[in-house]
Amino acid sequence: MKADPKADPTAEPQYMIRFDKVGKRYGDHQVLRDLDFTVRPRERCTLIGPSGSGKTTILRLLMTLERVTSGTIEVDGELLSHMRRGDRLVPADEKHLRRVRRKVGMVFQQFNLFPNMNVLRNITEAPVRVLGRSREEAEQRAMELLEMVGLSGKADAHPGRLSGGQQQRVAIARALAMEPEILLLDEVTSALDPELVAGVQSLLRDIASEGNLTILCVTHEMNFARDISDRVLMFDHGQIVEEGPPEKIFSDPVEQRTRDFLQAVLQT
Amino acid sequence: MTWDWGRAGEIAPELFTTGLKVTAQATLGAAVLAFLLGLVLALALRAPTRWVRLPVRVLIELIRSTPLLAQLFILYYVLPSALGITMGALTTGIVGLGVHYACYTAEVYRAGIDNVPKGQWEAAVALNLPRLRVWTSVILPQAVRKVLPALGNNLIGIFKESPQLALITVVDVLGLARQLGSEDFRYLEPLTLAGLFFLVVAIPSSILVRRLERRLES
Repeated sequence: MKADPKADPTAEPQYMIRFDKVGKRYGDHQVLRDLDFTVRPRERCTLIGPSGSGKTTILRLLMTLERVTSGTIEVDGELLSHMRRGDRLVPADEKHLRRVRRKVGMVFQQFNLFPNMNVLRNITEAPVRVLGRSREEAEQRAMELLEMVGLSGKADAHPGRLSGGQQQRVAIARALAMEPEILLLDEVTSALDPELVAGVQSLLRDIASEGNLTILCVTHEMNFARDISDRVLMFDHGQIVEEGPPEKIFSDPVEQRTRDFLQAVLQT
Repeated sequence: MTWDWGRAGEIAPELFTTGLKVTAQATLGAAVLAFLLGLVLALALRAPTRWVRLPVRVLIELIRSTPLLAQLFILYYVLPSALGITMGALTTGIVGLGVHYACYTAEVYRAGIDNVPKGQWEAAVALNLPRLRVWTSVILPQAVRKVLPALGNNLIGIFKESPQLALITVVDVLGLARQLGSEDFRYLEPLTLAGLFFLVVAIPSSILVRRLERRLES
């Protein structure tokens, strides 16, 4: 008999994220094809691979910024891209998306802070408008988060006045304020000046090591990938070429394509 | 014909109380209508269904490619007999001028909305903000800020075109100047004063708009 995940509410689903034969096509370009993969609760995974291999697309699908062309995605036991209507699967409507999306937070390469709001408002807007927190409660939590990311003094500043590194810290605080179960990190240090990268990475290392979040990270920084992940997945042409613990993938990869990629990345 | 200071002083008070009041009412009324209706039209141009987008697009193109004066005549002379809608001259003028400029303002808003980076929409989705909230908290504040100078230019445009309302019997600064001149066929002073009035308002306004433009760019 198949276990029904809804039968026992305390039972943890086996998978936090589950891709089932997921395909994604932009016009003629097939970015992902029949992709199967799963992520356990509180697992920290890093996706590596050449650009255009579909890593970022995976994050964007999970954040519902894109829709799958075929296959299904489940988050915490619930269908993300589709919903059930009777026996049939139909594309999810906005209401369904909003419910499942609650569990997912994302930090972007370009930070994407709202320039028309100060730092505090950037962090509190969604908790107040979406989670229904009172403003005081949301602000108190925001101040705690700002303290954690080392920017307590910048609550009233506007994003335009902050460095890239500071903006990205605020973006991290903003994502965490929504208390996601899954945190998606999309090349979060790629747009930063080199001297600002280390600070943001060490902040994320701390967050990852607390261990209560499921993290999916796309990065070109292999040392960072090694530090924060339990598992590394090597992608090429929309499929997983090889996966395993970081020590294994980085020191002793099996696939030639992984070796070539690592050699190319580590040389630069 | 020589300039008569005495006459200029005589007519100035009336010109700049009665006439100015009407010009101000027409300009501000039409501007409020244009800025609000323009926003509605801009949003309608982004409606999910073609059945909204297409008629709105046609309406905008129609109004933008016909003269304001023709529209005012239709509103004032045709509409009452055709549909039984009768409005006062000033109200008709405000509606005509406002709707005309709403179509230009819709394009201004549209440009501003298109200019908001895609990442802002994506961040709003990632934070699960409700759609209405995305517009009111994130997109529109940024879009409107970017087009403030263009809105200012439209306001000046409305102001400068408001004398056209004289042709549907609204007595604004220019209409009054013409009336005063026709009393004794001495047009020099009233028309000069009216022209000066438009200059005195429009030039500083343009400078203000340009300054705003520069401030928003930096």
